[in-house]
Amino acid sequence: MRLVLVGTSHHHAPVELRERVALDRERGAELAARLAAAGGEAVCLSTCNRTELYVAAADVDAAEQAAVAALAEIEPEVERALYRLRDHAAALHLFRVAAGLDSLIPGEGEILGQVRTAYDAGTTGMLLDRVFRQALHAGRKVRAQTAIGESPASVSSAAAALAEQVFGDLDGRSILLVGAGKISEQAARNLLNRHARIAFVANRTIDHAQDLAQRFGAEPLPLDRLEDQLASADVVVSSTSSPGFVLDAATVARALHARRGRQLLLIDLAVPRDLDPAIHDLDGCYLYDIDDLEAIVSETLAGRRGEAERAEAIVAAESEKFHEWHASLDVVPAIASLRAHAEEIREAELRKAEGTLGRLDESQRRAVESMTAQIVNKLLHLPIVRMKQAAAAADGVIYAEAVRHLFGLGEDER
Amino acid sequence: MAELLFWPALLCYGEAAVGYLGDMRRPGASGRAAIWGVRLGWLAQTALLGVQAARVDGFPWSTWAGSLNLFVWFVVTVYLGVRRPYRLLGFAVMPLAAILLVVARAGGGTGVGARSHYSNLFLVLHVGLVLVAFAGFTLAAALSAFYLWQERRLKRRAVTILRRPAPSLATLDRLASRTVLVSLPALTLGLAVGLVRLLSEGERVDAVVAATAVTWFVWAAYLVLRAARGWTGRRAAYVALAGFALVIVIRLALPAAHFA
Repeated sequence: MRLVLVGTSHHHAPVELRERVALDRERGAELAARLAAAGGEAVCLSTCNRTELYVAAADVDAAEQAAVAALAEIEPEVERALYRLRDHAAALHLFRVAAGLDSLIPGEGEILGQVRTAYDAGTTGMLLDRVFRQALHAGRKVRAQTAIGESPASVSSAAAALAEQVFGDLDGRSILLVGAGKISEQAARNLLNRHARIAFVANRTIDHAQDLAQRFGAEPLPLDRLEDQLASADVVVSSTSSPGFVLDAATVARALHARRGRQLLLIDLAVPRDLDPAIHDLDGCYLYDIDDLEAIVSETLAGRRGEAERAEAIVAAESEKFHEWHASLDVVPAIASLRAHAEEIREAELRKAEGTLGRLDESQRRAVESMTAQIVNKLLHLPIVRMKQAAAAADGVIYAEAVRHLFGLGEDER
Repeated sequence: MAELLFWPALLCYGEAAVGYLGDMRRPGASGRAAIWGVRLGWLAQTALLGVQAARVDGFPWSTWAGSLNLFVWFVVTVYLGVRRPYRLLGFAVMPLAAILLVVARAGGGTGVGARSHYSNLFLVLHVGLVLVAFAGFTLAAALSAFYLWQERRLKRRAVTILRRPAPSLATLDRLASRTVLVSLPALTLGLAVGLVRLLSEGERVDAVVAATAVTWFVWAAYLVLRAARGWTGRRAAYVALAGFALVIVIRLALPAAHFA
């Protein structure tokens, strides 16, 4: 049984092409079952960044052709953007995918769940079970032993992580959104994921504020009443299209008296800026604009790339383990035959000596049995180890054939 | 025996101090080695104190240097208690512990000295409570210093702030104030016991007593200003550091006559 991978990803195909071959869970499972119908195994991994078919089959050329044909049937244009990998290379690719090393943002965490879902929906047997389980293990190990997935990778998640640096647990912390556009909403969702509470949505057009406020269970607010709520908010996220500042330092300074020393984090995602930069100089106020956040994100991404080197080493080690296991499959039948053959000879010789052994008592018989078994094991130990080593070095089939020939294994059947 | 235990304690604390320095630069193995240094050093120092107590058959830390030895143990114990979420605190606490332990030894506080002429109960209440309070103040000051460092990073908009995250400002501020809230009553009680004895013996107030009283006022002001005037965050951190400076003055700079 050999492994083949056929697929395309963000490295090879633009989104317009990728979206045409993207498959939901049901269609992916159907396709995998169809590819595995001839006695093989198949898994379809389809995410927004990739569609990949992993197939295990005895006839690897036929399996590859079938996988290519299956994807071309969905979208003929995809054929020119397909990559094809086999055995060790295919497994290594899957391990890198599961570890987030092949993702658009290195170390993103979603892919591990997507690999798990694809595996669950696939038609798997011995080979794909092993390679997917090991890939999931490698993915978890990379996340546990490196910091590749710890730092935020977008401006809005960086804003939420900054809020945690000021307040710690955001549970119940009060958020004031200024502006009701998409950027505000995205930032709000990141804060909500960390259990913060969107308390107010302020906007020049109150209808827009009402719409967003309703979705978050917040209170809509006209912009001219912003100052009233500054005393109670913990985080202000601003993203309006206002040409000037919607909040100046003097307004914030007035609100600080009522805050009694509580910190205030202000995130300005607007261009031109909404918040007066002088606010940052006020005691207990921390103002970050879009450039500050982008600088932080770029630094964290650089950190992720640094961690990726450590992650690659983990993935390579796991992939090597899989390679050794897979290679050993070539020699396992020969080893089993050799052991059975040796055992057969041992038992036959013991039966021949039955006349002499019959005079021995039970403990003496057991000693003779044990001694002969040990002789057989010791004789076979080194050849078996060498066969396994040869298998890992890709000579397994030659060694297996040689052993079959030298010991006459399987000749009776022929 | 006490000599045999002093060196492992000092070596482990020193290793922890260096380890935390390495952990600040690159988190990982040196941080884990530092934690083991703290644990093993604490065990060695605990054994050292045990040997001292057993040999003297009473409270052997009534001297200036002996009480410094006990003070270091309290500081490390408190640090071990809160270490898990605030590992980086070790960077501030462990060098201090190592240095003070050396000073305690130089003053003869790590050997087996003579038993004090004071009663064990008085010493436990007075010295014990004051040292527990001072250990708490030391931790509060370390948390405050940590707060100022983290605040400076936020104010300077350090790009590494999320790559090397630290405990949040709110958490550091809250933990420092809670530590003071527990430590101040201990100091109050310890001082009261000492004053009662001072008055009953008809002795005069010395520099240590006067400085400790000032220290008490500074830490009390820390709590009062917080509650009444909203002095939290940076201002509270500066008050805490001022209070800690007094603790260090009392522990190191004032005459040892008080302990005689």
